[in-house]
Amino acid sequence: MLAKRIVPCLDVKEGKVVKGVQFRNHEIVGDIVPLAARYAEEGADELVFYDITASAHDRVIDKSWVSRVAERIDIPFCVAGGIKTIAQAREKLAFGADKISINSPALTDPSLIERLQDEFGRQCIVIGIDSYFDSDSNSYKVKQFTGDESATKDTQWFTQDWVQEVQKRGCGEIVLNVMNQDGVRQGYDLKQLSMVREICDVPLIASGGAGTMAHFKEVFEVARVDAALAASVFHKGIIDIGELKNYLFENNIAIRR
Amino acid sequence: MNQADNSTVIIDTGCANLSSVRYAFERICNDVIVSDDHALIKAATRVVLPGVGTAGAAMASLKDKKLVELIQGLTQPVLGVCLGMQMMTQVSKEHGGREVDCECLGLIPTDVEELDSQGQPLPHMGWNQITPSAHPLFSGIPAGSYLYFVHSYRVPLSDYTIAKCEYGETFSAAIAKDNFMGVQFHPEKSAAIGSKILSNFLALDKASLNAAIQEPKS
Repeated sequence: MLAKRIVPCLDVKEGKVVKGVQFRNHEIVGDIVPLAARYAEEGADELVFYDITASAHDRVIDKSWVSRVAERIDIPFCVAGGIKTIAQAREKLAFGADKISINSPALTDPSLIERLQDEFGRQCIVIGIDSYFDSDSNSYKVKQFTGDESATKDTQWFTQDWVQEVQKRGCGEIVLNVMNQDGVRQGYDLKQLSMVREICDVPLIASGGAGTMAHFKEVFEVARVDAALAASVFHKGIIDIGELKNYLFENNIAIRR
Repeated sequence: MNQADNSTVIIDTGCANLSSVRYAFERICNDVIVSDDHALIKAATRVVLPGVGTAGAAMASLKDKKLVELIQGLTQPVLGVCLGMQMMTQVSKEHGGREVDCECLGLIPTDVEELDSQGQPLPHMGWNQITPSAHPLFSGIPAGSYLYFVHSYRVPLSDYTIAKCEYGETFSAAIAKDNFMGVQFHPEKSAAIGSKILSNFLALDKASLNAAIQEPKS
């Protein structure tokens, strides 16, 4: 049976792993390669590296750490951050990344998704979506350039429409990051994730809000996502990956141990 | 046996992500070479055919490099990974924007069709369990072991299946005929279990493969 994936996310800023609260006030958590190796050994199913400064500051992530990670770890990993061209994507994949994740540049130019898919196949094209609940319109909407508070802006996209658009254009997976709850560890947004699951035919990764082991259980059971991404609960040692996987296994969720 | 007599050549298909496969072998053995050089490939102790992308693009690249007949003539152990495995079949229905089926290497008499996931998300992406046969590639690999898969097309079950997997339907997680073996999953990304399968591949030679062919398939 296909296992539900536990995906630690390492936000990278200037070569270090960092974590902020609601995308602000970033603090350094540690070095990239040792943290990545530790998570792989503890049973992480996959890793995501987001260079949170890249899109906002119009520069591309430093590539050297990508090959250092690929040399060291033997589980899949995804690289995100400011990838805007076929050449930039090819470079990350050539250095050993299994997938590349596109967020802000896809909003600026949605045809990028099709071009990447034509070149590399949809299996390595992940679309990251930063979604928030807009109380004025009583709907979910998409934000852009979330890596830098001063550059962050609203888009015209409703989340449901953008989820369908990126699938039509050929992405292989979607990471839905719900901004209202990020960092505060109050649980995944089950309502929104369930809504997106209904219209998402590619694998769906839940992101934002994990605080307890029960949060992981409910996001798999209720929202039926394929994977759950989290950062601070792992970086701060609030949840141990091995214990989490045992807990989920005992609760009859398909888990690789 | 000295090192020069024990080389692992990963064929440079020109369009694949070769780093991960190379790193995975380098973690467990010496003398790993990525090359499209005909003499080096022919002289290798064993050969790996990697692959990411579409069958059409990868086959076009092999043709450009005049590698098709060379691969067909290899007698040492050859391991196809993911798309590399699919290229070992006769024909792939993965068109990648083209009108016609993609003719493959024809090393193993089976073909590639779209995976019927019964409505589950596609691509089939993540860690899934396999049921291996007694083939020496899976020596010491228990049934139920998790391997990492990423694909939307699959090889059906046949006499050449040496491991099975299930996602909507049961399909070939691995196939083999004579010295040619292919795995649909990514052993280079499958943690300790994947590394064990690559080690098993390193241990294969003509004698052990001949012995395997004599055994009944499970």
